[in-house]
Amino acid sequence: MLSRLKQMLIKEFIQVFRDKRSRFVFFVPPLMQMVIFGYAATYEIRHVPSVIFDQDHSLESRELISRFQSSAYFDVQQQLTDSRHITEIIDRGDAVVALRIPPGFSENLRRAQTAPLQVIVDGTNSNTALIASGYVNQVAQGFSQDYQRDRMQRTSPNLADALPQITLQERPWYNMDLQSRWFFVPGVIGSLTLVLVTTLTAFAVVREREIGTLEQIMVTPIRPVEFILGKTLPFFLIGLADVALIARVGTLWFRVPFRGSILVLLAGAMLFLLCVLGMGLLISTVSSTQQQAMVTAFFFIMPSVTFSGFGFPISTMPDWLQKVTYLIPLRYFLVVLRGVYLKGVGMSILWPEMAAMAAIAASLITLSVLRFHKALD
Amino acid sequence: MSHSSSWLERFQSGSVAESPVGEPVQHFATTNHNFGGVRSDSGLSFTRLLAMAKKEMIQIVRDTRSLGIVVLMPVVLVLLFGYGVNLDLKHMPIYVVDQDGSQDSQDLLKRFQNSEYFDLIRVVRSYPELVRAIDDGRAKMGLVIPWDFSQNLRTGAPVGVQALIDASDDNSANVLTGYAQSVVSDYSSQVQLQWMQRRGMTPPPPVLSVENRVWYNEDLESSAFIIPGVLALVMSVIGAFLTSLTISREWERGTMEQLISTPVSPMEIMLGKLIPYFVLGMFDAALCVGLALYWFHVPFRGTFGALFVSSALFLVAVLALGFFISVIAKNQLAASQIALLATFLPAFLLSGFLFSIEQMPKIVQLVTRVLPARYYVSALKMIFLKGTPLRMLGGELIPLVIFAILLSLVATGVLHKRLV
Repeated sequence: MLSRLKQMLIKEFIQVFRDKRSRFVFFVPPLMQMVIFGYAATYEIRHVPSVIFDQDHSLESRELISRFQSSAYFDVQQQLTDSRHITEIIDRGDAVVALRIPPGFSENLRRAQTAPLQVIVDGTNSNTALIASGYVNQVAQGFSQDYQRDRMQRTSPNLADALPQITLQERPWYNMDLQSRWFFVPGVIGSLTLVLVTTLTAFAVVREREIGTLEQIMVTPIRPVEFILGKTLPFFLIGLADVALIARVGTLWFRVPFRGSILVLLAGAMLFLLCVLGMGLLISTVSSTQQQAMVTAFFFIMPSVTFSGFGFPISTMPDWLQKVTYLIPLRYFLVVLRGVYLKGVGMSILWPEMAAMAAIAASLITLSVLRFHKALD
Repeated sequence: MSHSSSWLERFQSGSVAESPVGEPVQHFATTNHNFGGVRSDSGLSFTRLLAMAKKEMIQIVRDTRSLGIVVLMPVVLVLLFGYGVNLDLKHMPIYVVDQDGSQDSQDLLKRFQNSEYFDLIRVVRSYPELVRAIDDGRAKMGLVIPWDFSQNLRTGAPVGVQALIDASDDNSANVLTGYAQSVVSDYSSQVQLQWMQRRGMTPPPPVLSVENRVWYNEDLESSAFIIPGVLALVMSVIGAFLTSLTISREWERGTMEQLISTPVSPMEIMLGKLIPYFVLGMFDAALCVGLALYWFHVPFRGTFGALFVSSALFLVAVLALGFFISVIAKNQLAASQIALLATFLPAFLLSGFLFSIEQMPKIVQLVTRVLPARYYVSALKMIFLKGTPLRMLGGELIPLVIFAILLSLVATGVLHKRLV
């Protein structure tokens, strides 16, 4: 048994590493994707391109504008002189936010009346619009509070000091500067491994079937279990190597902190790889050509990534969908990855995720081995 | 050259067995000799092109699973992103440590409870309990109300409420902070109001009123922003992914050589291969649009003409790209990985589909300028949400035209080189 397995493994390793193109496929695309993700995937909304149309030209309006200009959230590109330009600029997408300070703004303020401030937000990107509106409110609130306080100071200084005021002091944990990169980079390790190892495993088996060499192998004394082990073990190792490689890039290049233990990450990665190998095998048992395997894999991978919490919070999905996400191994691996990287938590907190991955791996592998036997008969 | 000799051998061995002519080598040599001549003379033959397209269509239709997938893919992708991608956070679980336990702190907590954005899950006794809940993800935010909360309110000393936020997801943290800020500042102004009323003062009206108008997507629906972009994803998958696989399959199985030995010219091979996929791609686009409009009720303010023109241009560009990849990769595994890298990923990440381009580093912004997907996604959003007419879409469509022409030329050029 062991010697046959050894032979099978030698054959597989030769096959896997012989081809220059396949060697390329194992490491270069994951690296490139990691780099693209690290740079491009960002929810950070800073320097929102904005324009201001000041119709008041007063001390107060300039004070308000300077608050927008000095905030890192806005990048005031232009001061307009005509309200028709607003429509044009927002239509073209040159600015996301347009502020209009109507005439009589300072007049209202001085008479202690509420002064309107018009804000136009391009809602095409709903997330940007939501966050940008929040920033506008924040700046406006700061202005109001200070203005109010100044006014009271002038009229009744001792009252102003006694006026109660409650502020929220936010402490963003794990990611103090709210960098999207810190959120995405650990996640990319999971999603890349999923994509790569699922397709590789499925392709390797299906290709033997497509070329007709599967029958040839099956007439040798090699048993199906040995065949499966021989097929999957190289990819298990390649997967681990990829995890190590991408994880290194994440910490060294993108400077994402690694606060937990490498052993916990290793345990999580191994359990996750077992799940992914099981999935690849299962796909291979239902596909007869590589193209079929590719598209079938795609149908597993896309929902896995979308519903795993990789880029979009699970809590905002409809309830029925949230239940479905419990079947997705990537969901658990992402918790482990972010837990280990950002939160620095260990097994005492991550054991439920580990257990879930182990259970999924066991059932996927059993299922695919059973199906594989059937597919051979 | 080494390549052409290998297929020459294969061709010979095949034709020796079957050829009715006595001298197969001679026969082959003449064909080979006529290669360039026949092709450049004949140019594009409509019959051959039609035959080629028909063959391809039959191959697609015969593989029921692949066909099923081609039809299902857009449906699945639209549903996936329609339901799965939502950044409008609501009901975020929060834990609280109320060290004060007064009527005032209760009032503040009630405000959090009544907000649809927060779910006040539990009031815990100690700080470590709160930390634990954030660590294991049960709470997204922990509020700490200090023991001197109500006391300071009365004396007028500034009061701070601490919010510990799980920022491992920076976007959620950002949105959450905004909501929490507004709950607290509303409470703060109410307290100030009451304080002044108690002293018999007439409280001044609010200083500013922010009149916020959101254009194009008034309700800030994530789906209206995401779903139009899914079209670009679907087209990339159909265009580059599937085509590059079918063509590299011909290379892998050696049937490409057989095709080449027929009088079909490279241009005809390419067009014949791509036309059926063009039809499929446009069909898928229509399916996506139907789902977007009638299932997810995404607003559509532009014209179908503009949508058709930009989709067709983008599809031609990605089909040519897929063809190009298959010619250089020649093996399905490599082709699929390269196609993934060259089309799907850019369409997903660098097109402005999800992540706004202006937030990326300058160098990445430059890279997006050479990606067809960027222009297509931008055109889609303008057509769907802004209702931009065709003549105003020049900035998006002209680059697409250039890409379509350039990529087609490169693809046929490379095929030519491979063949001769």
